[in-house]
Amino acid sequence: MKKPHVIIFSGYGLNTEDETKSAFESVGATADIVHINDLIAKPSLLQKAQILVMPGGFSYGDDTGSGKAYGNRLKQHLGAAIEEFLKRDTLMIGICNGFQILTNAGLVDGALLTNDSGRFSCRWVDLEVTGESPWLKDIKTLSVPIAHGEGKYYAPPSQLALLSKASQIALKYVEGETAKHFSMAANPNGSLENIAGVTSHNGRVLGLMPHPERAVRFTQLPHWTNLREEYVRGGKELPTEGPGLQIFKNAVNYFI
Amino acid sequence: MTHRIAVSSKVEDARAESLLRSLKALFPQSALEGASYVQAYTVDADLTPDELRRVAERLTHPVTEVSSTGKIPTPGNFSYALEIGCLPGVTDNVGRTARETIEDCLGRSLGEGEVYSSYFLFLSGSLSQEEAHAMARELHNPLIERASVYPAGSDFKVIVPRVELHEHTSVDEVSLDVDDAELSRIGKEGIKNAEGTRRGPLALSLKQLEVIRDYFKKQKRNPTDIELEALAQAWSEHCKHTIFADPLDEVKEGIYNRYIKGATERIRKAKGKKDFCVSVFKDNSGAIAFDEKYLITHKVETHNSPSGLDPFGGSVTAIVGVNRDCLGFGLGAKPIANVYGFFVADPNDKTELFRDQAKTQPLLPARRILEGVIRGINAGGNQSGIPTPLGFIAVDPSYRGKPLVFGGTVGLIPRKNKGRKLYEKKAKPGDYIVMLGGRVGLDGIHGATFSSESLSSGSPATAVQIGDPITQKKLSDVLIREARDKGLYSSITDDGAGGLSGSVGEMAGESGGAVVDLEKIPLKYPGLAPWQIWLSESQERMTLAVPKAKWAAFKKICDRHDVEATRIGEFTKSERVIIRHTGRIISDISLDFLHDGRPVEQQKSAEPKRVVLQEKISPEEPAQAILRMLSGPNLGSISFVSQQYDHEVQGTSVTKPLQGKGRVNADAGVIKPVFDSTKGVVLSHGYTPWYSQIDTYAMAAAAIDTAVRNAIAAGASRDYLAILDNFCWSSSEKPERLYELKQAAKACYDIATAYGTPFISGKDSMFNDFRGYTADGKPTHIAALPTLLVSAIGVIPDVSKTMTIDFKRVGDLVYVIGDTNDELGASEYGGAGTVPVVDVKKNAKTYDALSKAIQKGLVVSAVGVGRGGLGIALAKSAVAGQLGAQLNLAKLPGNAKSDEAVMFSESQGRLLLSVARTSQKEFEKAMKGVAFANIGEVVQAASLSIKLPEAAVELPLSTLTESYRSFFKHW
Repeated sequence: MKKPHVIIFSGYGLNTEDETKSAFESVGATADIVHINDLIAKPSLLQKAQILVMPGGFSYGDDTGSGKAYGNRLKQHLGAAIEEFLKRDTLMIGICNGFQILTNAGLVDGALLTNDSGRFSCRWVDLEVTGESPWLKDIKTLSVPIAHGEGKYYAPPSQLALLSKASQIALKYVEGETAKHFSMAANPNGSLENIAGVTSHNGRVLGLMPHPERAVRFTQLPHWTNLREEYVRGGKELPTEGPGLQIFKNAVNYFI
Repeated sequence: MTHRIAVSSKVEDARAESLLRSLKALFPQSALEGASYVQAYTVDADLTPDELRRVAERLTHPVTEVSSTGKIPTPGNFSYALEIGCLPGVTDNVGRTARETIEDCLGRSLGEGEVYSSYFLFLSGSLSQEEAHAMARELHNPLIERASVYPAGSDFKVIVPRVELHEHTSVDEVSLDVDDAELSRIGKEGIKNAEGTRRGPLALSLKQLEVIRDYFKKQKRNPTDIELEALAQAWSEHCKHTIFADPLDEVKEGIYNRYIKGATERIRKAKGKKDFCVSVFKDNSGAIAFDEKYLITHKVETHNSPSGLDPFGGSVTAIVGVNRDCLGFGLGAKPIANVYGFFVADPNDKTELFRDQAKTQPLLPARRILEGVIRGINAGGNQSGIPTPLGFIAVDPSYRGKPLVFGGTVGLIPRKNKGRKLYEKKAKPGDYIVMLGGRVGLDGIHGATFSSESLSSGSPATAVQIGDPITQKKLSDVLIREARDKGLYSSITDDGAGGLSGSVGEMAGESGGAVVDLEKIPLKYPGLAPWQIWLSESQERMTLAVPKAKWAAFKKICDRHDVEATRIGEFTKSERVIIRHTGRIISDISLDFLHDGRPVEQQKSAEPKRVVLQEKISPEEPAQAILRMLSGPNLGSISFVSQQYDHEVQGTSVTKPLQGKGRVNADAGVIKPVFDSTKGVVLSHGYTPWYSQIDTYAMAAAAIDTAVRNAIAAGASRDYLAILDNFCWSSSEKPERLYELKQAAKACYDIATAYGTPFISGKDSMFNDFRGYTADGKPTHIAALPTLLVSAIGVIPDVSKTMTIDFKRVGDLVYVIGDTNDELGASEYGGAGTVPVVDVKKNAKTYDALSKAIQKGLVVSAVGVGRGGLGIALAKSAVAGQLGAQLNLAKLPGNAKSDEAVMFSESQGRLLLSVARTSQKEFEKAMKGVAFANIGEVVQAASLSIKLPEAAVELPLSTLTESYRSFFKHW
């Protein structure tokens, strides 16, 4: 089958379109960055895509609450078109601010609250895959960076139980390679049950706070200059890929 | 009709928790128990009850929040409620987003209506009224915000901070046919209003005003206020850099031309075919070649005076402002990295200072200034989606009057698009003058002339702007994602100092003139006088020259991106800048006079009397000294800052601001800006203002050497390294200060030409003085140390060769390269000896040998030896690696003999390295001809054990780590 086409949302302060596009293209997809207003003007553009991406950023500056203004705009003007899109066998992902937008637009459950520290935090975290999703096929754990001020996952207890039962809790923060290396807490923001990402009921829509598109090369790792010594002294070549790339490969492979 | 919507959290609210934490820390004696937070939106527009309900729903997250549209909901028990909101006219980003959400929800514009945001904080516990007011004071800045304090049980007033201007909005003629005393007053205090008040400083000298008077005499008329204000802006120190430009002593061409530009010209000539400079000194940023396809730009700016008044707004403006210097380079470079630097007073310094004798205008406490400027870069950088790989905090009491706030932006721009050079631009006669981005308000009026004066009680509060990063991001998307590569405009520049008067004036120089219709300029609110519109420094605006045939296509892109673009006039070739207001000409100045009419003033310098620094009174044990320095703000960890600035966005990060297992701040950062290229960009900084107490030549030389050294340590090489100079001086009208400036500029020439590192851009801020009053009402003057920040930028072929500062493996050998001399003067350790002297020949050899060794893969870790000397460099590499080391410093190259000199001398040109044993031979061979010493090895034992000429030091890694992290631990 043909390689899938990706549409990456843009506008109003989203800002990680370029690296997301490059991650998809590096694994064989074609990708366009499209302003939300262009999609509102012509929702039929969505028909050409197999994958929709709500990328990271700072839509509307997080003013009035992260993802709220953009999520409302999305729901009001493109809610029906996205529903149509998802009726097909397609994939959608919301990364960081994109995740916040998806929760506000009601495309995945829960909410993202201000980090327990009360402050924006940029660091690496380790994730364990706990749910089922085409996006996460064959991945058990991975390390990726976060960069957010409102990333504490919250859902009422009853909803958490339902999500858990339906295997919709996709990713959890765990004490893995980078947390151990840097002696940092596993859970960076106080997320309930260490939740870093959730999916829609069928697993095809994934929302997550961490940024896999910033973990696609070996030299992006926070401790790569240390790891380099292992390879050099062992007489081995340095790897080139980073752990986040598999998520993009999975998405592309879903359609081949 | 005014409506109020209140939104509060129905789950745990970290905003309230974090405010409670900081209030408890600030008022440990108070009985404060709890805090809850309510976000309020005051909608000054007509809404039907149904509309109001729908709008409230939109502003509320269904899972976590509840809203109400009647009264503000109050918690069960509280003693005081505080409401904090913006003052009229102050940028209210939350209010703006709420407005957009409301309009989107209703499907109609609110027109003249407006939405204002504020928040209520309900405090519980038995607080006194005094305490509640004191807490409110901590939570707001009266220059930009309002606070109301309500005891439980009282009604909350609905405050609508609508801007209501009652100033007159006509154009006034100003007679300059007055005596010298009055002419001087016009320059110093501004144009006189009819009722006798003054409009604020023009910062024009008597001589300059005489030249203006003569110009208008020849025109047979008086100048208008807008003409006078525009000339004051154009000729200001801030815009024209008069001190660097005008003759100083025997340097007829000015120190900028001779020492800064002169250095670059000589270096470029010497480099010949290897010259990598592409566009230097003439544009908003400087640019060097990255590869065949791309250029890299860099620019560093300061925003000092406004940051003293409103630290948050000042620093957010510093960073989004310098972002526009990147967007305004050529036809627009994409911002790919931000850097920052804060020179501040010790945040624990409790000295109270006042701008006026009556003590009604206090300076903000040192702690709040630092907190505010940190938050500003956080908001500006993070929201713009630009990574911040590098920055620093430096502390000295001389920055108590005015902080120095540096913001820098690196950009990436393709050399060409469809055969057109993107790094060149020229407005053409007939092009529309287009204002893009935000609207015009009273923000920042007199900013340019204000920063040419010292901070005192006359400093205008409207000089403070607050950036709106999202409006600017939208603007950036219009340019970089679409309009630039479609060739829709012929020139662009930033609306920075002096607003439109600066940008249109500058671009009129390209085409040969301009005519502007002032009434077309969109305003934030009515009531502005023409001169205010022309000079306003409202943020997020850029001015473009759009060919008539391209306007429709350009406007369409702007509309799709929801960015306002307005034609405000036309570029001409009339050799004049003409401003019309509803058809009537209100300003008409020849380009020639506007740009080159300023009288050149011969400056004289005089050698100052040397101030003798105090000898260090009680010698310290070396171990104690290391811990003291590590626990101080100059050398301690600022991880809380590095971690709150996104350094991963754009996916370009190679080396991080915090390095090694122990997460130690590095003085250089590496990014990989182009996805399909292995090439990297190395960024570093160097600053040593403390040496200015002894010798500004040595200070400048050391600052350059430090920046170069830090870049080399990260993997750069001298043959592909450029530098930027940012001078911050004080009392620059004094001959003694000018002498020091000349010395520093000379050092810039000498060191840069010796290293072959050209200056590509620079900036100066010459009056970092505070004149005010102490708590006992005595006059005081605080002058910032003569400070030179040097920023280095280099290109490297392969990012996989870059270095970090951490020790990595037990058994690796530890080396010091470069001479350690007895140079403890003005060091962090303390002392009155000599300041470090830069030996360029020796250092260049050292740096080149190391660059080659790093490229060959012979080095495992590298850190420049800088502030705090070898003792601190060792501590940094050990803490970063969380590994100990066994060291012997008894026989170092250089003349340092005493334990303290060996450990803490700040001799330049040195680096601390670790090297794998298997590379020892090859490494030492590579260091042939360079002073180096194998001083020991990395060990498993968790401590630094150092043998000195006399004593021995044993410091557990845990103690070092704890000290290193102590100063800002609770920030």
